[in-house]
Amino acid sequence: MSDQQITKRLLVLLIPFWRGILTAVVLGFLTIGSSMALMGTSAWLIAKAALHPSIAELNLAIVGVRFFGISRGVLRYMERLSSHQVTFRLLKDLRVWFYQQLEPLAPARLMGYHSGDLLVRIIHDIDTLQNFYLRVVAPPLVALSITLAMLIFTGWLSPILALVILFFLVLSGGILPIAAWLSGRKIGQIAVQARADLYIELLDGIQGMAELLAFGQAQSHFAKIQATNRGYIHHQRGLAQRSILQTVSSNFLVWLSIVVLLWVAIPRIDGIMLAPLALVTMACYEAFLPLGSAFQNLGSSIEAGRRLISLVDNNTPSDSPVQAVIVPSNLDISFENVVFRYGPDELPILNHFKLTVPQGMHLTISGPSGIGKSTLINLLVRFWDYQAGDIWLGGRSLREYSSETLRNLIAVVPQNPHLFNATIRENLLLARPTATEAQVMAAAKLTGLDGLIATLPEGLDTWVGELGFRLSAGERQRIAIARAVLKDASILVLDEATANLDRVSQQKILKMLQSEMKGRMVIFITHEVPKGDWLADDWLNIAAL
Amino acid sequence: MKVDKRLFLELRPVRLWFVAAVSLGLINGLLVIGLAYTLTQIIDRVFLKDAALDEVQSPLAWLIGLAGLRLIVQWGSESSALHLTEHIKISLRERLFGHLLELGPVSLTQERSGELVNTLLEGVESLDNYFRQLIPQFFLMLLIPLSIFLIVVPQDPLSAIILICTAPLLPLFMILIGMWAGAVGQRQFKSLSYLSAHFLDVLQGLTTLKLFNRSQAQIKTIGRLSDDFRVTTMRVLRVAFLSALALELLTTLSIAIIAVEIGLRLLYGKMEFEQAFFILVIAPEFYQPLRNFGASFHAASAGNAAANRIFDLLETSPTIIDVPEPVPLPHPPFHIEFKGVSYFYPGREQPALNQLLFGIKPGQHIAIVGPSGAGKSTLVNLLLRFLEPTHGEILVNGVPLTTLAPEAWRSQLAWVSQKPYLFNTSILENIRLANPTATPDEIFWAGEQAGLTEFVQQLPQGWQTPIGERGTRLSGGQAQRVALARAFLKDTPLLIWDEATAHLDMHLEAQIQTAMQRLMQGRTVMMIAHRLHTIQHADEILVMSEGRIMESGTHDSLLNQQGLYYQLATTDE
Repeated sequence: MSDQQITKRLLVLLIPFWRGILTAVVLGFLTIGSSMALMGTSAWLIAKAALHPSIAELNLAIVGVRFFGISRGVLRYMERLSSHQVTFRLLKDLRVWFYQQLEPLAPARLMGYHSGDLLVRIIHDIDTLQNFYLRVVAPPLVALSITLAMLIFTGWLSPILALVILFFLVLSGGILPIAAWLSGRKIGQIAVQARADLYIELLDGIQGMAELLAFGQAQSHFAKIQATNRGYIHHQRGLAQRSILQTVSSNFLVWLSIVVLLWVAIPRIDGIMLAPLALVTMACYEAFLPLGSAFQNLGSSIEAGRRLISLVDNNTPSDSPVQAVIVPSNLDISFENVVFRYGPDELPILNHFKLTVPQGMHLTISGPSGIGKSTLINLLVRFWDYQAGDIWLGGRSLREYSSETLRNLIAVVPQNPHLFNATIRENLLLARPTATEAQVMAAAKLTGLDGLIATLPEGLDTWVGELGFRLSAGERQRIAIARAVLKDASILVLDEATANLDRVSQQKILKMLQSEMKGRMVIFITHEVPKGDWLADDWLNIAAL
Repeated sequence: MKVDKRLFLELRPVRLWFVAAVSLGLINGLLVIGLAYTLTQIIDRVFLKDAALDEVQSPLAWLIGLAGLRLIVQWGSESSALHLTEHIKISLRERLFGHLLELGPVSLTQERSGELVNTLLEGVESLDNYFRQLIPQFFLMLLIPLSIFLIVVPQDPLSAIILICTAPLLPLFMILIGMWAGAVGQRQFKSLSYLSAHFLDVLQGLTTLKLFNRSQAQIKTIGRLSDDFRVTTMRVLRVAFLSALALELLTTLSIAIIAVEIGLRLLYGKMEFEQAFFILVIAPEFYQPLRNFGASFHAASAGNAAANRIFDLLETSPTIIDVPEPVPLPHPPFHIEFKGVSYFYPGREQPALNQLLFGIKPGQHIAIVGPSGAGKSTLVNLLLRFLEPTHGEILVNGVPLTTLAPEAWRSQLAWVSQKPYLFNTSILENIRLANPTATPDEIFWAGEQAGLTEFVQQLPQGWQTPIGERGTRLSGGQAQRVALARAFLKDTPLLIWDEATAHLDMHLEAQIQTAMQRLMQGRTVMMIAHRLHTIQHADEILVMSEGRIMESGTHDSLLNQQGLYYQLATTDE
């Protein structure tokens, strides 16, 4: 997408906030206008006083100085407050918007993205847009209106002065910012990318630290981080150096313009107006000096915008649009010649797969790992869409159901369940927020968690740590199973759900599940040949799907 | 806001740059005074002394000359500040990550990685304001007003007195507001960190949220958290804006007093226009450094909160005690002894390991079994030196493990973890982790040994196929096989298998068993497994429960004891 397109998309998001932007522009104009008026009247006051007039002639100017002195401060306060209010409201809305766009893409379309990268987008890229909304949108409009005011003031003194000041204002308000934008564009993009890379490497370094240390690669990963860090800071330096250059040359331009103005004005205007002219000119640059650095960072802002918009645009969700809620008449499931491949150039994982599971059946599916057993679940809950054939639920194609309905009907214990960095209770309640204490405890008891909970000083309210790492693998699996049971769904699917449990616990849990789920469908996926006390109604052993 | 003193120590290695930044900043301030003086001279001569353009040409040229000089000086001052800031940011970020490595993966599970990364990245970044602006401006705030005062005194003592009397009001006022702003800034940084940590958790758990139809409900939480962040940010800004307003009104008030005073004297002919105009132009410059400092002060308050967090992390004592002069690594084969080893996790009263006493002889294959929560993983963490024993010690060929360099020790062992972390690169690169200098052929061999070849050949890009973060593209069994391949590639005298076969099917397990037997030949092995049939041939089996070793012996002798092992074994068969 071109920079113009991104800018347009970013501007469109502002439309609901146009009132706030307009207020900020008007206030900005009045603030700088007050500042110019303050400097102008006080300079005039001193100059007039030097001519020893009667004090009555100065009265109006004295009132003016007081008024503009106070209004400048108050207006600036109001301007800053209103522009920041609007911007931060917008950023908040953007975060929610981005999550809403992201949510339907998971997990299929987000597979290629590192979660650190997504995090950078939702937090920091959106934050980077601050510069765009605060410094790129309203300030040029303020500068434009100040230019008009300056033209009127200087034109009133002498038309040729208006031409001179127009030249300098176009230079510092137009040409310099554009030059700054062009010089910062490329490096700004690189810096935004470098920050995302650094983020991912740091996150890999922290979450993958055990592997890195154990394989002696911590130092080399550290070296990689050092290189990326230095690269990132190097690009930032490039930006900062350009911005320093931009600031000092703008400051120089201010004085240059004053010298040229005086040069032109001295033979032409009344001497009493020289001091006001010089000071008003100095004051008006407040509207122009910040433009340079704002446009300098435009490259970064646009790159951040691009990272947000492109992710959303390039991926169409696999979810079907929300459809009318259909309640299936029964819960028979059948796969009919289903063909599925993960990518267009990959071999099919499912090739004309057929399977019928009548309502209420307890079925074991076993087979070697990696042949696509988990894929069956991903298709059932419509995380992925199959390419040919059809899956039927209660006599209707799966595609007719909204994904929400399907996920209400089916409880899944995935191979790698995610535990949130919250308490055990909160992790369980995820499945059914309205569950009572008794229901939560019953589910916990079913998976043998009650013993663990009893030994913990804070019981159910014990913090599980990030990714549940404060618990053992077995404890995490028990929580994941309890969570699925608590959901109380009509269909329960377990994907290698007991692999990290010892044999005794595994058998205990399975036995309890069997009686708990009597009359409801259970699909138990395992790579092992089922044995022991797990008595499924049927057992499907597959060599290939 | 209490400025973290530890920040000043960071300036020590770059003090020359710092002196350059401040002294050039002072020269810049003096040049501004020179510019103002020249300007008032020109206007005075033209306005009151009827000078023609020709007569003021040389001061006009002076103005350009001074402005040009100022361009260079200001550039020098800001570039020096930039240089020292970069130096500090690079050094702090690297030291911080290096320190996290010393804290080790187990103690970091207490932290949220989203928050840690935020501290490493944005926390360090937010110190930018501190070093580039706040600290240099602090000195300029003292030096420039003082210079202006000294220049104004001979010109007009009365105005000089007014200036010096009003000056202390500003910092006093700022301190009051600053105390309030500090707390708010602290909250803002925490709010950002919390937001990061929560978003990371949600993003990584998005699939689980969807499975439970809870992902839509997160919109509300995300809206609420983002709004909290907005509100705290606005609160910081409001304080900043309000203090800027107060400063501005105070400045305006002082200038108004001066203006009235000089205006009246001018009116009654007691003062010259030249001086009066100069004082009017220079008076705002007197207050400007104070206002600049006030503005950066608020910008830096988030940096202060970050600095607290950074230095607190840096001062947390490392879990893995670095050995300054490590004992040279004993030569393999290794004889490992656990001598009364206990381990307590912080905050848990019961020991995870309780007085362990056992040995692993060179070449011995030892297996550890027991119900979940028995302490098997803690045992592995101790052996990997991710944790150090609370009591007791581990000896390697008679040398305490704590006296060896952790790196050197870990180079002698290969580890297949319960939940291998797969990096977001290709399968090839993920295996290469075990030995970066391995040739592709060696890596293919290791993959073949782990039973990966058949699967990899089906992938469009073969060994170069990128695997998603945490191996999202791979099934549990495949991820474990990558971990196994790493172990094959590393080829070390000591092997640790932590539930290595939990996700593999029978057919594959049989394949790997054969390869494993080959690999285990002549090596010391510690296996942790649930499949009892995989450990039947172990030289010794330790049966653990609640942090203790309950039974030990061979498969047959343990079966004869009819204890815990017998119980586990009979349910298994």
